[in-house]
Amino acid sequence: MYPDPKIARFVSDHFIPVRQHVKTHPEAMERWGAQWTPTIMIVDANGKERHRVEGFVEIDALLAQLQLGLAQASFASQQWDEAERLFEDVARSGDADAAPEAAYWAGVARYKRSGDPTALGETHKRLNADFPGTAWAKKTQVWGGGP
Amino acid sequence: MEIQWRDDADAALADAKRDGRPVLLDFSAAPM
Repeated sequence: MYPDPKIARFVSDHFIPVRQHVKTHPEAMERWGAQWTPTIMIVDANGKERHRVEGFVEIDALLAQLQLGLAQASFASQQWDEAERLFEDVARSGDADAAPEAAYWAGVARYKRSGDPTALGETHKRLNADFPGTAWAKKTQVWGGGP
Repeated sequence: MEIQWRDDADAALADAKRDGRPVLLDFSAAPM
């Protein structure tokens, strides 16, 4: 995964990268609750886990997951504009797994930034139009105002 | 470009606080 130049560039530009091998750092697996390899965690500056990827993931899907993790870290630090922008990038990436989740969180970040509840209703419409039937679309039903 | 991996998570977290960047922890069983 990491020899891919897109991944290597993204990791180097946006994260402080730490590699822990299961044989040389078994205590780290225990400390962070990693149960399998490969596992990737995005941890914020306060040491709180914000995103986790378990198992092998194809290159483009991994890039989307790393972007999602970066966005979650921005969201956790209440950088709403930055979080929304990063989530939007993933929502438009076309990645079948990450895009619906990112569209959901982009809407939440927009609501957090603006305080305007119509952001949630718009997110409900978007998820049902662009990602119908996904778990993330179902989570927005409560924002739809209907039965 | 090669990723400059580190192996001290606590030092990385201290740097994360200073730099405002999150830490990526990679748990691997692959040959290093």
